[in-house]
Amino acid sequence: MTTAKSTRNEDWSEAARRLAAGEARLVGLWGDGAEVRMAISTGGPGLEFLRYACDAGAYPSVGAAHAPAIRLERAIADLNGLKAEGAPDARPWLDHGRWPVRHPLGDGSPAAGGEPERYAFLTAEGAGLHQIPVGPVHAGIIEPGHFRFHASGETVVRLEERFGYAHKGVERLMTGADLRRGAELAARVSGDSTVAYQIAFARAVEQALGFAAPRRANWLRALMAEIERVANHLGDIGAICNDASFALMHAHTGALRELALRAADHAFGHRLMMDRIAPGGVDVDLDRDKRAALREMVATIRERFPRLVELYDNTASLQDRTVGAGRLSLELAERFGCGGVIGRASGRDFDARRDCAYSPYDELRFETPVQREGDVNARVWLRVREVEESLRLISQILDRLPIGPIFAQPQPATSPGEGWALIEGFRGDVFVHVRLGDDGRVARCHLRDPSWFQWPLLEAAIEGNIVADFPLCNKSFNCSYSGCDL
Amino acid sequence: MRRTLIEGLLKGPLTEAAPRRDDPELAALAAAVDRAAAASLGRSLAIRHVDAGSCNGCELEIHALGNAFYDLERFGLRFVASPRHADVLLVTGPVTVNMREALERTYAATPAPKWVIASGGCAKDGGVFRGSYAVVGGVGDVLPVDLYVPGCPPRPATLLKALLALLGGGGG
Repeated sequence: MTTAKSTRNEDWSEAARRLAAGEARLVGLWGDGAEVRMAISTGGPGLEFLRYACDAGAYPSVGAAHAPAIRLERAIADLNGLKAEGAPDARPWLDHGRWPVRHPLGDGSPAAGGEPERYAFLTAEGAGLHQIPVGPVHAGIIEPGHFRFHASGETVVRLEERFGYAHKGVERLMTGADLRRGAELAARVSGDSTVAYQIAFARAVEQALGFAAPRRANWLRALMAEIERVANHLGDIGAICNDASFALMHAHTGALRELALRAADHAFGHRLMMDRIAPGGVDVDLDRDKRAALREMVATIRERFPRLVELYDNTASLQDRTVGAGRLSLELAERFGCGGVIGRASGRDFDARRDCAYSPYDELRFETPVQREGDVNARVWLRVREVEESLRLISQILDRLPIGPIFAQPQPATSPGEGWALIEGFRGDVFVHVRLGDDGRVARCHLRDPSWFQWPLLEAAIEGNIVADFPLCNKSFNCSYSGCDL
Repeated sequence: MRRTLIEGLLKGPLTEAAPRRDDPELAALAAAVDRAAAASLGRSLAIRHVDAGSCNGCELEIHALGNAFYDLERFGLRFVASPRHADVLLVTGPVTVNMREALERTYAATPAPKWVIASGGCAKDGGVFRGSYAVVGGVGDVLPVDLYVPGCPPRPATLLKALLALLGGGGG
């Protein structure tokens, strides 16, 4: 993997131009001390890294030319106190004016606290328009976030998201953490993607140490990742149908999801497989009995799932809700580098497993399904196809699991190193960049959830739909709140 | 669809037996709850879930309570959309600084008598996020808590026992 590093400030603006021109896509943008860092991709397995030294606490805005950077820059302003000059949106993002400190990753100066700042929502004006505020506490069992609708009758004219409610200060807790503690925190950035985050953190650290986990460990990691994908997609397929009031599907996929979680519990000792992966390898090995239990889970889902797919395909009243709803264009998905199900359902053919070819996916046979329509229906079908593909991957891994150790103690770094990983979680590509200190602890760790480049697109996809279809569209995106709020 | 429905009627249910009254985990949870709860609630419980800043792992397992294996509603337990309709607030996550007011307002909107269940390691004391500038702490630092449910995240079976404990020691 090539890792070009640039410290020349003039390259920064050139990178912003390339992003705006569609010659590269934004992978990450974060603050580290008095520097801002950027990772961009031009399509190969590697990434280009840029650094900008902020002499006066400011850097040229990337978001001014390339909208996907805007929220990341607002987060950098809140967390690091580094200002994006010329930024189109200077409002705070994660900082609601309630924390006892300002710039917790920067100078960490005490904050006045007191009354939170009043947030200036974007407006929509016209005769008969009304506002609908929703959240942060929602009607269902969902994470906290605020949605501000402007509607004309039933039709959504503008949706604006406001987040930060689930902000837990993960990146500051990471600073100074030892590797075990770091893995524990990474596993809880977004609980539904715990395996993907654990792998991303472990691989980033291993790269920083110039060290590779044993081969069997990589295979077991992929096994967990595919079980996670199957379980989450099954849950989502049912939940989307449930939001269109088709509870039958929800009941059946819910039962299959439970079987997957129970098999994970039996095989790895935790239903969501939290705290099973650490830098150096994995903590749990599979014996014959556990492999058999996983095979049985795969066989059961393979037997029952096709009937449910047929049920979806043959229920016209359900498709009446999903076809054409919440359409996302390929052009927007490309511009935002939107990964995962959402991007692929709009025709953006990117899969970190295939395109970054990290172990063991370079040795496995699988296809990356792509749809073109970009509506709720396409996102359902994409998940269906990915469940089938992941079941094939689980079988392959179980059949060909290499023999050997599952863990090797990482050697302490002799000099401070940096590493990164881009891992395909069920939601899309999780990016982790880590800088280790001389003491072998985490000096800075940035974790970028795929939802950073998906949430803004929900605002676009919902436009012109009716308010009552928002839960359906939102569920078909299923972005993470905690993953972005950190 | 017809085939799926008919098979659903003919095959045995996936739903598992209710926890026994002498289940040690249930007994421990029941002992931790104020006995007055059972008398006030009878055999029905309306639950309002509040995510005070969790990682969303807890939510996945709360969702699982509704699947055919646990079938929460057979016990008279159901999730409601408004705190105005709730007997119980089921709170997950460490309470973040940014969610504190929303949690307090949800509690204030819940009519008395009301109970608070703090679910998961984070809800107990902030869990792995304890000590962060952005985290107040556990739910008990903001609201009076009647019952803590252990686990990261708590298993659906454990959550079910906790809710049954509040109803008075098991569904029999």
